[in-house]
Amino acid sequence: MDWFPLYNSIRVAAISTVLVFFLGVFAAQVIAKVPRLVKGILDVVLTLPLVLPPTVVGYLLLLALGPKRPVGAWVMNTFGFRLTMTWWSAVFATVAVSFPLMYRTARGAFESFDQTLAQAGQTLGLSDTYIFWRIQMPCCRQGILAGTVLAFARALGEYGATSMIAGYTPGRTATISTAVYQLWRTGEDALAFRWVLVNLAISASVLLAVNLLERKEGGDRRWP
Amino acid sequence: MALTVQIQKRWGSFLLDVDFTAENGEALALLGASGCGKSLTLKCAAGIEKPDRGRILLNGRVLFDSARRIHLPPQSRKVGYLFQQYALFPHLTAEQNIAVACRRDSVRRTRELMALLRLKGLEKLRPRQLSGGQQQRVAIARILAAEPEAILLDEPFSALDSYLKWQLELELQDVLSRFPGPVLWVSHDRGEVYRNCRQVCVLENGKASPQEDIKTLMANPGTVSAARLSGCKNYVPVQPGPEPGQVRIPLWGDLILQCAAPWREGVTTLGIRANRVRPAEPGAQNAFPCEVVRVTEDVFAMLLMLRPAGAEGPLLRMELGKDRFQAPDRDGQLWAAVQPEDLMLLEEPASAGERQA
Repeated sequence: MDWFPLYNSIRVAAISTVLVFFLGVFAAQVIAKVPRLVKGILDVVLTLPLVLPPTVVGYLLLLALGPKRPVGAWVMNTFGFRLTMTWWSAVFATVAVSFPLMYRTARGAFESFDQTLAQAGQTLGLSDTYIFWRIQMPCCRQGILAGTVLAFARALGEYGATSMIAGYTPGRTATISTAVYQLWRTGEDALAFRWVLVNLAISASVLLAVNLLERKEGGDRRWP
Repeated sequence: MALTVQIQKRWGSFLLDVDFTAENGEALALLGASGCGKSLTLKCAAGIEKPDRGRILLNGRVLFDSARRIHLPPQSRKVGYLFQQYALFPHLTAEQNIAVACRRDSVRRTRELMALLRLKGLEKLRPRQLSGGQQQRVAIARILAAEPEAILLDEPFSALDSYLKWQLELELQDVLSRFPGPVLWVSHDRGEVYRNCRQVCVLENGKASPQEDIKTLMANPGTVSAARLSGCKNYVPVQPGPEPGQVRIPLWGDLILQCAAPWREGVTTLGIRANRVRPAEPGAQNAFPCEVVRVTEDVFAMLLMLRPAGAEGPLLRMELGKDRFQAPDRDGQLWAAVQPEDLMLLEEPASAGERQA
């Protein structure tokens, strides 16, 4: 059995999770401070990829990043490489679909953060950067972690947009989800079933991790 | 050297308008009911909220000046703030909470402050594992660690069980007596303010009265709101009496009483403390007959609700030590008296709407 799809899936999901972590936390922090009307509009725009069909997200990504499209053509002319049909092209797709999960959970966690802690930090002379990373983030760590795990799981299972922007090239762009589809289509049922089992195992452990985090959060003593 | 706060801030339809100065080594109380703008005043002084107009000075430094567009961030004000719920960082231990605020030499300073506030042995505990009093001591140590030039206390004992308060109040007095800078003490508890502060500024609906000596305020409140905060329970509309030194109470059957304080312009209301109403012999000075409407037994006193003869107005509340209580006549009649010096002539404070006009 060729393990490349597992390796590629985890590689893509890991890179996308790191990007989504910072993008999501940044967006959540910025949007918590903007006026309500702007907040409402941005919230819709940023959450849209969560509810759109992944094929629509993939289509929109191709519209921007395809080799003959504005961004894709510019990168091709300037740097001489294409943004689609490589293994890392899948990162565009997974970032787009998993970003809303990170953003929304981070925002929820930030909204329930007790602002007097930040104010206390300020009056004690701590810098705003220090307060954000060393006080607010640790206090919101359960929510942030849950969001990160969910974003990772979503990136790992991404199929629609990934297949459109990265395609399926065995040994180059294949991921678990695209492999399952291709193996089933070409009649290699036994192999497809193995990948299904692998996928089930990963997803189940991710959900288990989320549940454990949430149970801890619900407990009375968050900081033993 | 002092902390001067002269600011105005609009908050929806609420207008905060305060002007006071707390001298170094002195505690100034901001006394008022909840929602009157006490905490907002502290937040403005600390730099957490920005006033619309005015200025804030600390030891000659300008912290805020709307005319000169100065608004220092909280970090550079050197103002310590004790939050109502203490706002300890929940993920840090007691020791870390203090160390994080130290501006220099944090290991040694933390150890000193933990010793000073009797926190030895609690170093590795997190705020949730500490009692309310211990949390307060950690919060105070943390404030001192940041070496503030002024300290703001927001209802320091409101988060505590009452039996703990007294011990903590004594400890806080000790800490503050060693603190050289000005202290602002926000409270709604007149006793707490009386015991701990010399100067007081009464806030009502965002409007601060001129600051004055706490003893003067309690003895001679001047306005209805100040009297209410000083614990006075009885209020009735009053007019000048037929003779100088007399007042007339139309709602109590045109009762005429001798009053030690001279009549002055603006007086609308007579205030009488419930524990200054005494049983009296008929014909004694300022004695008047009353019907006893209700008798309630309190822990150490009897509370009597009296209706002065011919009264159509408010009932008079009388508090008597149990040892001095005698059951009223069978017909429920009782003669009550108030000494002339115990009649307080009060002005009605302007309502919020009138002030803004």
